[in-house]
Amino acid sequence: MPWTKILLDPEDVDDLRQSGDYRALTYVEALREAQAQLLENDPRVFLIGQGIDDSTGVFGSTQGLAERFGAKRVMDSPIAENGVTGMVLGAAAAGMRPIYIHHRIDFLPMAMDQIVNHAAKWSYMSGGNACAPLVIRSLIGRGWGSAAQHSQSLYGLFMHVPGLRIVVPASPYDAKGLMFAAVEDPNPVLFVEHRWLYNAKGYVPEQPYTVAFGEAVTRVEGQDVTIVAISQMVHEALKAAKELRTQGISVEVIDPRTISPLDDAAIIDSVAKTGRIVIADTACAIGGASAEIACRIAETIPEKLKAPIKRITFPNCPTPAGPSLEQAYYPGVPDIVRAVREVLDAGSG
Amino acid sequence: MSISSDFPLPPSPKKSSDRPVSSDERRTLLASMLRIRHFEEKIVNAYPEQEMKTPVHLCIGQEAVAAGICAHLRSEDYLATTHRNHGHCLAKGVSPRAMFAEFYGRVTGCCRGKGGSMHLCSPENGVLGTSAIVGGGIPIATGYGMAIHLRGESRMSVGFFGDGASEEGSFHESLNFACLHKLPVLFVCENNSYATNSPIGARQLHPDIFRRASAYGLPAELVDGNDAVEVYRAGRRAVEYVRSGQGPYFLECRTYRFKGHVGPECDWEKGCRPKDELLAWMERCPVATLTNTLLREGEIDQAWLDALAAKDNAEFDEAISFGRSSPFPDPAELTMHVYAEPGQGK
Repeated sequence: MPWTKILLDPEDVDDLRQSGDYRALTYVEALREAQAQLLENDPRVFLIGQGIDDSTGVFGSTQGLAERFGAKRVMDSPIAENGVTGMVLGAAAAGMRPIYIHHRIDFLPMAMDQIVNHAAKWSYMSGGNACAPLVIRSLIGRGWGSAAQHSQSLYGLFMHVPGLRIVVPASPYDAKGLMFAAVEDPNPVLFVEHRWLYNAKGYVPEQPYTVAFGEAVTRVEGQDVTIVAISQMVHEALKAAKELRTQGISVEVIDPRTISPLDDAAIIDSVAKTGRIVIADTACAIGGASAEIACRIAETIPEKLKAPIKRITFPNCPTPAGPSLEQAYYPGVPDIVRAVREVLDAGSG
Repeated sequence: MSISSDFPLPPSPKKSSDRPVSSDERRTLLASMLRIRHFEEKIVNAYPEQEMKTPVHLCIGQEAVAAGICAHLRSEDYLATTHRNHGHCLAKGVSPRAMFAEFYGRVTGCCRGKGGSMHLCSPENGVLGTSAIVGGGIPIATGYGMAIHLRGESRMSVGFFGDGASEEGSFHESLNFACLHKLPVLFVCENNSYATNSPIGARQLHPDIFRRASAYGLPAELVDGNDAVEVYRAGRRAVEYVRSGQGPYFLECRTYRFKGHVGPECDWEKGCRPKDELLAWMERCPVATLTNTLLREGEIDQAWLDALAAKDNAEFDEAISFGRSSPFPDPAELTMHVYAEPGQGK
């Protein structure tokens, strides 16, 4: 299945392209195409966000859409994150399907009141008589000294709040399919993109399609160790799996694709098979997605674990600016390889 | 490039060209206020039984604002209100049965017992949910206006909020945005001069909220919120302006609540505010004032008032017994509606 694959080498894409029925787009092209098709096919959809209509178009993800669909449907916004979140909530409750776009997830705490106190509870408080089908796009990223207020990875915060959906696409296929699913879903959806994936290429059908929430995908099948990896860490995990294969270690890589809802069954089934789990998250560890995944495994199949659960995450500190500290901050392939070896050693000891 | 401002000032409201308010309109206005007063008094009477387990924020003393504004609205107009929402919802047409059942936590309530008094919802009357976070409903009202604007509809949106909300960022963010896009939103600040127990003078240097609003570029008026006919006139001006497509409008209605911030009792005994202040405002009770005017002018008589009270009492007694006799939600409903189902909210 081409959509289960994340192609790490551009040559792989070219090979597949030449082989025939394979349409490759980058992650950012997939996002842009999804939004363009949504705007084209659904009059309820509109985009709003600070600077989304400028020439850079949110790192290219909205480029050209304002020209094509007009300022009423691709709307620049004042810098008023909480207010505008309330406004898109109101518009959504009144039947529209807004997509509110932020250049960074760091700006979502400005809108905490409307996301947590309002949007997340709009259905419940009304006993199911109303709903808030809004999508909030935001980016996470890393590098170039972006530092403590421009490179956080805060999606884990929102997992604690009932009523929110959180999607973390790692491939162009999922970026497009989850965007359609997010707009179709009658709930508030936090759509979290990783800036480092924007140029990743992969298979993307031209026709609209949805990727269902709560359905993980197995990126690589294996027998010895399960790696559950989130967002950009899927790519690090795939590289680690490739390296470990040369050493005779068979790793299974699972990409949950959405962390709320989380596909417990896919994770549990894999860990039941391998007995060993490494969770690779592109966020801090405490109370976040990696903690929740670890907890669900420990609660469900403690008897299947041949080794303690291992997590690869950011250290518990804000993001530093300088390149040396920044390098120390972000985990990558070597950390995952080491973790896999540790759970194997612990299991055999 | 010039740095001087050529930004046009918002047009000043033309009160002189107002049509007169007819006798029928004044009687309907009084009936609407009395209905709210009677409803709130039912809560005052029933609350000590401790069966109505929901924090109630009564609007006794402030009825003129809800009645005077909502008189000009249609059922398809959207309404965003606050924790102090009973008057707005009643005047907008929300069913007292659904409200009382909600106060009693029953499955027949307008939120199936999940919202309580603070989160009323009645989509068929344009109430698409209610926020009880101060300032929370203002951007939502603006968002309703955005939806109307984007779809090119003729309906409008109204947001009620208190003086405390004018201190929140959401107030400023919403006024700025509504003016920027000329959204069909009427902002109504119900200034009762208290945020819980904090008087406005302890919270704001400048007492005129409407002046701050007008800085964003929309017409903004100060209204005597205890003069029902004045509120009615201002509401008519504002609603006609918004419906004409010229953009948002702002009314600051100065009023006063007779009860405490929350609950059926008054709070001056607890030292929350001076008794003299309360008594002075009670002298200016909006319901009594209009009642006396219409009695004096011969537009109504005691029989009219008695008949109205009897009708309201019968309606609300039945609504209360409907609420009290309705079933509680099944325990399985506890975790329902956390996530909306496809097609919900239509």
